[in-house]
Amino acid sequence: MTVEHRGWRTRLLTLWLPLGVSLVFALFPFYWMAITSLKSNQELYNRKVMPLIVHHPTLKHYVDLLTETSFLEWTWNTFLVAVVSTAISLVFGAMLAYPLARMRFAGATMVSFAIAATYLVPQPLLFVPLADLINRLGLGDTLTSVMLTYPTLLIPFCAWLLMGYFRTVPIELEDAARIDGASRLQTLTKIVLPLCGPGFISAGIFAFTLAQNEFLYALIFLTKTEVRTVPVGAIAELVKGDVFYWGQLMAAALLGSIPVAIIYSFFVEHYVAGLTAGSVKG
Amino acid sequence: MTAVFAPAEVRRRPAFSLGRWLEREGVFSWLMVALPVAFLVLMVGYPFFYGIWLSLQDRPVAKPGVFIGLANFVNDWHDPVFRQVVVNTFVYTIAATLLKMVGGLGLALVMNQDFRFKNLTRALLLLPFIVPTVLSTIAWQWILDPAFSVINWALKVADIADPGPSWLGNPHLAMFSLIMVNTWRGLPFYAITLLAGLQTISPELYEAATIDGAGRWTRFRYVTLPLLKPVIFIVTMFSVIFTFSDFQLIYVLTRGGPANATHVFATYAFDVAMGAGQFGQGASIALSMVPPLALIILAMAIYMRSEKS
Repeated sequence: MTVEHRGWRTRLLTLWLPLGVSLVFALFPFYWMAITSLKSNQELYNRKVMPLIVHHPTLKHYVDLLTETSFLEWTWNTFLVAVVSTAISLVFGAMLAYPLARMRFAGATMVSFAIAATYLVPQPLLFVPLADLINRLGLGDTLTSVMLTYPTLLIPFCAWLLMGYFRTVPIELEDAARIDGASRLQTLTKIVLPLCGPGFISAGIFAFTLAQNEFLYALIFLTKTEVRTVPVGAIAELVKGDVFYWGQLMAAALLGSIPVAIIYSFFVEHYVAGLTAGSVKG
Repeated sequence: MTAVFAPAEVRRRPAFSLGRWLEREGVFSWLMVALPVAFLVLMVGYPFFYGIWLSLQDRPVAKPGVFIGLANFVNDWHDPVFRQVVVNTFVYTIAATLLKMVGGLGLALVMNQDFRFKNLTRALLLLPFIVPTVLSTIAWQWILDPAFSVINWALKVADIADPGPSWLGNPHLAMFSLIMVNTWRGLPFYAITLLAGLQTISPELYEAATIDGAGRWTRFRYVTLPLLKPVIFIVTMFSVIFTFSDFQLIYVLTRGGPANATHVFATYAFDVAMGAGQFGQGASIALSMVPPLALIILAMAIYMRSEKS
């Protein structure tokens, strides 16, 4: 290849410069979040101070956030909702994916069409009827309302991804198990599922971050402090009329992002696999 | 010789066995898919059709609805805000998608070289996409704050403008800002997915092209682009659907303002349904997204089919 001979100047222009600009663009808002949350109000609202660094760091906004608001409660709600809806989605996703990947049955085309259609239906299309439905079921202001609605956003993706993983299991393994007298259910639970761990991790991580990200349903269904999730709590309660509590907002934004970022950093390869599975393989 | 017909052994049908019945492919499959399918029908299918029914009613919140036919849609048609919403949504979707597509492809090409800390860089670049949108948008709101915007501080220090513009207060700049923030969030998704697509292209193809005398541009134009086209297409379609129906980002940054300059279908439907309590009217606004989205999906399906054949 000729690349090696081009020298550092080309390398700088075609690699490091665009990469550097992209990284600054991508990461600056997080830097800004972090330093804003550490500034005192005097520093925050003083236009004469150079804003790019913190001159007198303080944890006051974090203390206020954790003691004066229900932030911890919101964090717990967000976590609980994300875990439950991810679990439901993985189970239902697998129940849909296995027959579609391996079996012939009447209506299979219809089922896979329904999954694709669900995937493509954007949330804002359904929030008005769902709001009415949730009210009639008496589920307004309960975490159950979002635990029931989030899986509708997550199941299609989980099913699609798991289908790909189920297909990679050699059919001979399943045949062998069947010949040895295993039932279909046993074949699934004893042979197929253990081999598809990475698929469940990918789908699970993806579903979990999506559930943490959801805003519209939470905004509509959860109007009481004690049931709110972090995004809705921050928007609804750290902004009072026209007054923005910027320090606390940034602290909340940062603390709310950290759990997702940590989980993501542990499973980044799985996450990328999940992200690209649909488009590259499909 | 008289043939002696031995009475044929009556072949007894095996007794019905529940276990064996459950093992039949068709039965087992439906036992598996029945529950999730019922769930999706109840939580997606039913609301979808119920939404259509709502859109045909005058239905204030907490009151019984009255069937009024297509009156809500006629209202939309004559509503100047609705017309602006249509224009806004298209401007927002087209501009943001183009930026994300071109920027994402560029970044993917840059990333498709060998360099140190490649995995770390990829992980960091993907952060905007994984962090909850509302939380990162709050940071952007502060970056674009009318009084304390860091961009305006930089403009002032660089002696370009003092005071700087009101990023979210001016109608055109507000739309511009939204498009930038949407690009910031969505570009990594394009870049990482297209990068994965690039990595599936065999290096031998490039070597062959180079031997045939193809330069950088020619290799990109005649090797990379055609092979990447299906991936670009799928990514773009997904992105278009979710940009077209975007809610969070706009709700947090501008709530559709100033003077409806950034209202899109989702935020306007939300305002009408939840703010003004007009469920029927709100449902009709949300449903107006369906025809353009259906056209997009149809185009995708037709394109994919023609590519495969």
